[in-house]
Amino acid sequence: MVGRGAMTNSIEELTGSKLLLVTGSNTTETHPVISLRMKKAVKNGAKLIVIDPRKIELTKWATRYIQIRIGTDIPFYNAVANYIIKNNLYDKEYVDTRTRGFEELKKHLERYTPEYSAKICGVSVDDIIYTAKEYAAASPKAAVCYTVGITEHSCGTHNVQALANLGMLCGNFGRPNAGINPLRGQNNVQGTSDSGSLPTDLPGYQKIEAPGIVEKFEKIWDVELPRKRGITKISAMDQMIKGKIKFLYVVGENTVVSDPNANHAEHALKCVDFMIVQDIFMTETAKLADLILPASSFAEADGTFANTERRIQRVRPSISTPGNAKTDVEILLSLFKVMGRKHKSEKPADIWAEMSSTSPLFSGISYERLENEGGIQWPCPEFSHPGTPYLHKNQMESGEAGIFSPVDHIEPAEPTDSEFPFVLSTGRRRSTYHTGTQTGKAKGFDKLINEEYVEINPKDAQELKIDELDVIKVESRRGSVEAKAKISDKSPVGAVFMSFAFPETTRTNDLTSDAVDFITETPEYKACAVKLSLIR
Amino acid sequence: MLKIDLIKIEVNGTPISIPQDKRVLDAINLSEQKVPTLCFDERIGPQGTCRMCLVEVKIKEQMSYVASCTAMVEENMEVFTHSDSLIEYRKTLLELTLSEIKWDQKSMDDTSLTNDEFKMAVEEYKPTNFFPKLQTREKVKDENPFISRDYDKCIACYRCTNICNDWEQASAITIDGRGQDSKIFSFFDNKLMNSNCTFCGQCINTCPTGALSNKKLELDKPVEKTKTKTICPYCGVGCGIELISDGKKVLGATPDFSAPSKGSLCVKGQFASWDFVNSKERLTDPLLKNEHGEFEKISWKKALDTFREKLKGSIDNYGPDSTVWWASARVVTESNYLLQKFARTVVGTNNIDNCSRT
Ligand code: SF4
Ligand code: SF4
Ligand code: FES
Repeated sequence: MVGRGAMTNSIEELTGSKLLLVTGSNTTETHPVISLRMKKAVKNGAKLIVIDPRKIELTKWATRYIQIRIGTDIPFYNAVANYIIKNNLYDKEYVDTRTRGFEELKKHLERYTPEYSAKICGVSVDDIIYTAKEYAAASPKAAVCYTVGITEHSCGTHNVQALANLGMLCGNFGRPNAGINPLRGQNNVQGTSDSGSLPTDLPGYQKIEAPGIVEKFEKIWDVELPRKRGITKISAMDQMIKGKIKFLYVVGENTVVSDPNANHAEHALKCVDFMIVQDIFMTETAKLADLILPASSFAEADGTFANTERRIQRVRPSISTPGNAKTDVEILLSLFKVMGRKHKSEKPADIWAEMSSTSPLFSGISYERLENEGGIQWPCPEFSHPGTPYLHKNQMESGEAGIFSPVDHIEPAEPTDSEFPFVLSTGRRRSTYHTGTQTGKAKGFDKLINEEYVEINPKDAQELKIDELDVIKVESRRGSVEAKAKISDKSPVGAVFMSFAFPETTRTNDLTSDAVDFITETPEYKACAVKLSLIR
Repeated sequence: MLKIDLIKIEVNGTPISIPQDKRVLDAINLSEQKVPTLCFDERIGPQGTCRMCLVEVKIKEQMSYVASCTAMVEENMEVFTHSDSLIEYRKTLLELTLSEIKWDQKSMDDTSLTNDEFKMAVEEYKPTNFFPKLQTREKVKDENPFISRDYDKCIACYRCTNICNDWEQASAITIDGRGQDSKIFSFFDNKLMNSNCTFCGQCINTCPTGALSNKKLELDKPVEKTKTKTICPYCGVGCGIELISDGKKVLGATPDFSAPSKGSLCVKGQFASWDFVNSKERLTDPLLKNEHGEFEKISWKKALDTFREKLKGSIDNYGPDSTVWWASARVVTESNYLLQKFARTVVGTNNIDNCSRT
């Protein structure tokens, strides 16, 4: 349930929720249009609890803002769940009929009293009790939304499990206006995972290691398939450094800039014998390639994107690719051809039809339907199926009971110390996007923001004698960068914030740590230890 | 299941059935007829200020005039949209409205007037008599990069302030003053850059007359333009946009109101979704690095042959798992499907991943 990484519910449903719990998501900046629906919900009478180390814009709309210490989500939600159980605020019928492992969870949580967790999280006992009472009272119309703030920790997967436990306790799965909703970053992250571009999954999240799956695809594709699971991006980089990877093909990613510990990433890519980049710009990453294939932007592409609420939507070409550039689909087709394995379906509609027929998740979605009905949300197993606004309706999608997974608090992989006393977290700002290769070229955007800033709390600034717009050096165990200071109480004491949208001048990811979530290997962008010094 | 009671009404003699919680305007649209609506935007509900949508209704032999955007339907209601007196009324009302603003046929041809409702009203009612102007408005000095404001074209429908408050939730602009003297104003010094404005562009897109317009839209050129419905290239919300192009270049973007996002866009979708597409820095040819580390333009044939040779070398000498394939979250799903299929079926490795972890 957690693995597919999509929202359990729909964006529009948020406006009808009774409570929104927004955690680790600077929604106004990263998913602006979703934040509008959250604000609308508040106007409709919903309560909004924002739990975030940074005092983000959305806190202005919050019924309560809880400034939690970075990386302490698990003890917080464990204590909330504990309080809910102790005070019989959970949905007993739901727990009995839809879940497993309640007794183990109950026992596991005993340690996490509000008093115990409040200390770890740097919040008040009342903050925890308030959250528990309000969340339970609003259920089953309580929706949790989170972004990378939750998943980009070395314990990211466990964070999500702690939230899922809470959702199941109060019956918020399989109900409208509720759920546990990850807001995904890039426009087609969802579709990319849907397509089977994962080392462990074939299209439609069908696990290589599940019985019968590889055989099924061998039949469909009429070839013998590799049985061994592949390596993730992060382990691939380690393998590169060890000289085990000879050939690398990268589509449209500015890996050198977007990866944590950018120096390490750059070094890894340089170790590969032959590297190909398929992209639309000469990015930092493309510069490292041996061969570059010029590709299409979204405005030239014909196909589909899947958004964070599992909605498949049509992307249609407005113009054709510049010069001799080709669309991404055309390039891939020519790779098949040059290897003497010409691909049968060549039109995006037919490629989609082939992909969707392999998976019950989207076998009911065709281009024809998308044309007539607009976007459709998976699962959609039949052509007569309307699509699924919220998951787990009558039973969990897995077909089995929801399993409570007890999880424990782990300190961030890189704690602060006397030499590196500040926690650096990184993220996105509304008017810039990811590594800035696109927004960086939009006229007028330089007037909104044109360079990197280090956001620092007024107290810390005063102590270090840093004034607004002073240039400061930010140094971690891996590298250092310079940027101007922006004094703001958005950042809690002891923490600073930067984005990574201005790679030409400030390579923020030179600083960040390559610690990864030990389950999904999501890099820990949200916490690394740094020191600050004034330059001028 | 919610039971929806349908009631029967007639629009200009055409009988239709409609749920009873609908407005008269919905009934008119449902019967595929039209009345001009200058102040109405579905997403913020009726304002009832422009009075252009006035119609005659007959209930139980009683005739009356109602604003169709605010009045609800009733059982056995008869609606008349184009009686002689209504046509005359709308023409005069439009003439009065246009007299107050900077308007001439030329501004009709100005394609930055993106709102069709206004255009249709002018085309249908052909205003001819104009009245002495009562007021002129101050020019707004505001050097923001995205939105131009010409309140000489403002008809005081307040769609912009309502959309900004109730839809964008920004409350960046407000009505200042009353009646004839009222004007639209932004805190604190009437410069949007210093206000709460998020530059979402929703006010531009709802403005019926072009008083608010998109500074970046290059639409005045006399060429054929097409609009293509597609999806914003930025975040995972996946808002619907329409790209405007002349066949060669993308000239700008407007929201796709029919998409699930209902026309919402943020500053990136509205103002940053095409410059990069037209950028001179776009890669246009395959490039191969030579022995001096410089890139040289090559043909696709050479590029693909090099690809094959290098890939074969790697597989033959070190096995399929010596290769790694990374898909992109910015390209269409179909392309990523092909990439993973290529890695698995042609190369024989599961070493495929994407940036969803990062
Ligand atoms: S651009 Fe958006 S935020 Fe700014 S004034 Fe217009 S509607 Fe309001
Ligand atoms: S318009 Fe803004 S909110 Fe909508 S998809 Fe684009 S970036 Fe996301
Ligand atoms: S549209 Fe009905 S009063 Fe303006």
